[in-house]
Amino acid sequence: MARAAQLGRLTVAIAWRRARLVERRPQTATARSLVLTVPGWPGHLPGQHVDVRLTADDGYQAVRSYSLAAPADADRIELGVQTVPDGEVSPYLADDLPLGADVEVRGPLGNWFVWRTEQTEPVLLVAGGSGVVPLAAMVRAHRRAQSRSPFHLLYSVRTPDEIWYRDHLADGDPRLDVRIVYTRQAPPGSTRAPGRIAPADLEEPTARLEPTSPVYVCGPTGFVEAVGNLLTDMGRDPATIRTERFG
Amino acid sequence: MADATGHLDGNCLAGPLSEILSVEPTTAWWRCPECARSGPLAGLHVYGPEPGLTARCPGCAYIALRLVREGEHIWLTVGGGTGAFRFRTA
Ligand SMILES: Cc1cc2nc3c(=O)[nH]c(=O)nc-3n(C[C@H](O)[C@H](O)[C@H](O)COP(=O)(O)OP(=O)(O)OC[C@H]3O[C@@H](n4cnc5c(N)ncnc54)[C@H](O)[C@@H]3O)c2cc1C
Ligand SMILES: [Zn+2]
Repeated sequence: MARAAQLGRLTVAIAWRRARLVERRPQTATARSLVLTVPGWPGHLPGQHVDVRLTADDGYQAVRSYSLAAPADADRIELGVQTVPDGEVSPYLADDLPLGADVEVRGPLGNWFVWRTEQTEPVLLVAGGSGVVPLAAMVRAHRRAQSRSPFHLLYSVRTPDEIWYRDHLADGDPRLDVRIVYTRQAPPGSTRAPGRIAPADLEEPTARLEPTSPVYVCGPTGFVEAVGNLLTDMGRDPATIRTERFG
Repeated sequence: MADATGHLDGNCLAGPLSEILSVEPTTAWWRCPECARSGPLAGLHVYGPEPGLTARCPGCAYIALRLVREGEHIWLTVGGGTGAFRFRTA
């Protein structure tokens, strides 16, 4: 009996669950939000990810990780997928997987790159491109919990057309400060010239942090590397910097 | 998964390690025997690609663990040695 219960728990931890695609929305020309229903989904923390497994007719399988884009919502989960040109899995998930079709997911995964509603210090979130996905889940959870912890999001995109989650990031929430850094083309009237995140972009948001405040950095490996180096060069304690590299 | 040049964070080991560990692994504390740096498993640098993942110390590149998937088995090597644990996963 005890053994059966224990086996049951272990089985749940590693189980691949059936997930059905029920909704697809464009975020940008090449990025999509996917809503899936996962019977028995146990809930998750903002920042966690799932592994998605696709199985071809001949049995070939491919597994990729995708961050959860929204806080827990019964058996519905939302992912944000950026099409990687020539990628094996992302173009299929973004555009070809039919509505109503099933994939397998396992999760929620990872308890380190998460923000919990009990956290009270000011928080800095730094996103590069698709790295905004887990940070959007944190922003939405922060709003839902009416958290008093000030949130600052620094979001790097190439052009104004590449901004994801416009509605969630610009709704006048006084405890959420969003700054967008354009690397190639800024909108008319911008005072900042297009270019990658530089120390000047980080000075103001880091000045508002406490020494122990967490900084969450997510995006492509090169982006995360560069931002992590800027932060430590500015004297930020590396132990406060949590990173999620997308590859 | 990571290619030969870049790397991912230990976060990406959460799924593969869930097949052989019953406790969430990415918050596990680790101390490097080479440079004495310590931190969570999530902070390790992970080099791939699947089916072979190597997690290294972010400070000195010492090998913390290696995970190799081979059919229904996962091989886990702790540290830079050659002895490995083989777990059956199916
Ligand atoms: C923890 C975690 C969370 C993630 N969350 C998200 C998320 O929320 N949203 C998201 O969009 N992505 C996320 N990713 C990235 C995602 O897992 C995939 O890596 C991404 O979607 C690309 O997968 P793919 O199969 O399309 O590309 P792949 O086929 O894996 O190719 C990836 C890259 O390698 C190149 N490549 C492929 N094959 C070769 C080869 N043989 N030789 C040389 N180069 C090659 C491709 O051109 C491409 O540039 C996350 C990753 C991790 C680790
Ligand atoms: Zn070391």
